[in-house]
Amino acid sequence: MARPMKIRARLVGDYTDIRVLMAHPMETGQRKVKGKVVPAHFIENVTIKVNGKTVIDGQTSQAVSRNPVFAFRVKGGAKGDKVEIGWVDNEGETNSIESAVA
Amino acid sequence: MDEGRRVVLRSAGATGALAAALAAGLLRPERVLAANWDKSAFRQKSTAEALTSIGAQDAETSKNVLLDVPEIAENGAVVPVEITSHVPGTTSISVVIDKNPFPLTSRFTFMEGALPYVKLNVKMGQSSNIRAIAEANGKHYVAMKGVKVTIGGCGG
Repeated sequence: MARPMKIRARLVGDYTDIRVLMAHPMETGQRKVKGKVVPAHFIENVTIKVNGKTVIDGQTSQAVSRNPVFAFRVKGGAKGDKVEIGWVDNEGETNSIESAVA
Repeated sequence: MDEGRRVVLRSAGATGALAAALAAGLLRPERVLAANWDKSAFRQKSTAEALTSIGAQDAETSKNVLLDVPEIAENGAVVPVEITSHVPGTTSISVVIDKNPFPLTSRFTFMEGALPYVKLNVKMGQSSNIRAIAEANGKHYVAMKGVKVTIGGCGG
């Protein structure tokens, strides 16, 4: 749990609004500190599941901002549906979080 | 945030065990999530090559792809991008930033009732065009807008 995440899933009219925040440095591999390149370190895959089924499969690059925030929408849904979001970065680090639709 | 540090320290023992498991090849994160990263597409350095690598070199300009970006971004490190596709049957949305060192920024695939919508923040090294590319029934549709960046978001 070294890199915390936050999630919020809400029913808005006829769709479920899913917002997620992932604490991650998202290093580009272009930045230098005291003349030394900071190695690239970024999230490559983001997966969103609703009630165990994958609904969105995201691939991301180093050009996504630090501490990424995403918003997604899923048609329909009901309060209490289980939303699970996970990520994997280029070093194989991973984290996930789940929440019920409110 | 001191509490976070406590947690890290306390879980250090558990982390050790995890590292051992990783070393033994028992756990492979990429396999657990069955995730793929299209390295060849993400590593292209020119916009033309990036577009070709995702099959969008002949993308048709479409008003049904809505791309919402600021005209002027004061900080290139955080540029909000919001994309909605009204193209029927959209299965994926990709974001390409022409003048970034690696133009392809992200790609989202939608299934099982997910709406073709995404909002995220991206980094821009300099003023550039941003393209939102929607894929539907094997065809690609694009919306493009220019964003002026006052302070770049790459390098430092």
